[in-house]
Amino acid sequence: MRRIFSVLVENRSGVLSKVAGLFSRRSFNIDSLAVGETEDNAVSLMTIMSSGTEQTLEQIEKQLNKKLDVIKVKTFDESRAVSRELMLVKVKCTKGNRREIMEICEVMKAEIVDMSEHLMILQICDTPDKIKLMLSLLSQISIVEVARTGTLALQKCMDD
Amino acid sequence: MTGAELMVKSLEAEDVKYVFGYPGVAICPFYDAILDSEIKTVLIRTEQNAAHSASGMARMTGKPGVCAVTSGPGATNLITGIATAFADSIPLVCITGQVNSELIGSDVFQEADITGAVESFVKYSYLVKDAKELPRIFKEAFYIANSGRRGPVLIDVPIDVQQAEAGDFEYPEEVKLRTYKPTVKGNVLQIKKTINQLEKAKRPLICVGGGVSLSGAQEELKALAEEFRIPVVSTMMGISVMPTEHPLYYGMVGNNGFPWANRAMNEADLIMMVGARVADRAVNQPERVMKDTVLIHIDVDPAEIGKNAGATIPIVGDAKHILKEISEYEMDGEFDGWIKSLDEYRRTMPLTRTPDPAFVDPAEFIRRLSLKLEDNAVYVADVGQNQIWSCKYHVVRNGRFLTTGGMGTMGYSIPAAVGAKLACPDRQVVAVCGDGSFQMSMMELATMSQYGVKVKIIVLKNDYLGMVRQYQHFTYKDRYSVVDIAGNPELEHIAAAYGMKFLSIENMEGLDEKLDELLSKDESCLCRCIIDPMDLV
Repeated sequence: MRRIFSVLVENRSGVLSKVAGLFSRRSFNIDSLAVGETEDNAVSLMTIMSSGTEQTLEQIEKQLNKKLDVIKVKTFDESRAVSRELMLVKVKCTKGNRREIMEICEVMKAEIVDMSEHLMILQICDTPDKIKLMLSLLSQISIVEVARTGTLALQKCMDD
Repeated sequence: MTGAELMVKSLEAEDVKYVFGYPGVAICPFYDAILDSEIKTVLIRTEQNAAHSASGMARMTGKPGVCAVTSGPGATNLITGIATAFADSIPLVCITGQVNSELIGSDVFQEADITGAVESFVKYSYLVKDAKELPRIFKEAFYIANSGRRGPVLIDVPIDVQQAEAGDFEYPEEVKLRTYKPTVKGNVLQIKKTINQLEKAKRPLICVGGGVSLSGAQEELKALAEEFRIPVVSTMMGISVMPTEHPLYYGMVGNNGFPWANRAMNEADLIMMVGARVADRAVNQPERVMKDTVLIHIDVDPAEIGKNAGATIPIVGDAKHILKEISEYEMDGEFDGWIKSLDEYRRTMPLTRTPDPAFVDPAEFIRRLSLKLEDNAVYVADVGQNQIWSCKYHVVRNGRFLTTGGMGTMGYSIPAAVGAKLACPDRQVVAVCGDGSFQMSMMELATMSQYGVKVKIIVLKNDYLGMVRQYQHFTYKDRYSVVDIAGNPELEHIAAAYGMKFLSIENMEGLDEKLDELLSKDESCLCRCIIDPMDLV
């Protein structure tokens, strides 16, 4: 089972390591982790995707709530969330495959944000599934580097 | 005032009587400032024991124990003590000196990232960057340590912060923490459900853990058990919640517990767990024991409920409050038949011990020792075979039984007994350990002698690390590996070296006279009991 934990934390040094440490200490999985400030610069939001049994997922929530730097924990399933990830991919290109890359970008709603004679950087911002698909499409072409933000998610408006 | 003076003033504001510790350069400003205070300092002989002594004191006073050590190795030596307190939920405030804040991160002499190192063993930790924040941090630390689920809090104070001028002392009236609001009162609906379930139950059982003592709810628990006539068992940490010979009390459960207590757990159709974690040593296979059982789980820490066993009715809050609230209800339920069958189990499931008369029988020794102890004596058990014997055979009346059930740290008993005795100088305090655990803390005989701490230390000597030997006996068919401690020092000489009375008990002959000799005078004493090296718990 996979679940998203949306964790509001005090924006202090060391908090990220405390939260990440909790996951490793108790053998909880982190599938993805994204951190950023919120509208209040004293508060950060950590979006953690984790998977495990129902009991483990319940423990994750409870243990997160025990941390004194954690202000609030919200949990929801992927299906109840709007989730996005940003990925930058540097690929090798030749005159021969440039067209093909551009077609992939068009279909996948990705953008070419930089290029040289032999390299291109593509940018895509989409759901985790689309990001996965994009990566598999690009794996036919030679990938040089990949940078991903990790999944950001907010609970759907209807559920909140 | 300097930061160090603010630290001392904060401790005074918290009514701290003792600080256990070991100085070094990085904590010297604090130890200088404390000279002008009424607070007494105790120089412990190794930092780990400073935390254990603070733990013994905390358990007797119900307030956080305080220890203060220097940076680097001082702080890292403290870790085992902190982890022990964490596992047993004992409130501590641990102060560590730190190198100059400008130098943090540059690996200078005696620098260690202690807040990083203890992260998974503390309830919270602070690295103080501004001396002006010290009073607020101390106020928070004492509150966090001693509320909700108790535990250790660490405050790391760089030497320049201790030296800095920080203005007048003003201790905050209250704590403002938006992220920390422990639940105290139990949910009324859940309590009503509990009563309903109790009325339906035929074989209810209360299992008490360390949380009952931590919440000071011994009286409430006893009152509830007596009012509803529900039998009680306990985990290791729950020993001394109920007097051993109370007619409704059936002793310790678990791997090392009494067979009839475990049978009660297996046969109960309702178990009320109070301040217990359902951990592996108490309930070996929770899914089996709890399968058809209604589990009412009362704990101050919501994360403990459902961690090891799914609860039918979870009640989060402070045991004292919740037990009192439950007692206020009327409950129809009659369990005398169940109690009778438990009495029958206890009568017919005898403990089969066949002690060799050439030695002291630790079981009988502990039983007779405890009968000679004062009514409210404090008994501190170490770790190893001695711990199990102590748990099973010590007879508690109005006293306390202290041990580390969670971490199982060898060497706990002597320093914890020192803390307990300083907290309660009028009470009799005995520490019972093995010859292995004794040697892990025997340096504290010097602390006892220096501060006149009169504790009776009993060493059950078998020249083995008995618990591990027993394990190797069963698991490795007597292939003993690294458990022979025949190089033991002559304890008589150790006692003499520290100026302590010494007593040797070699067999059961004239035991009562020996015990009278041990206990008659208010003096510290080292008592050696020669036990059968091949004995099993």
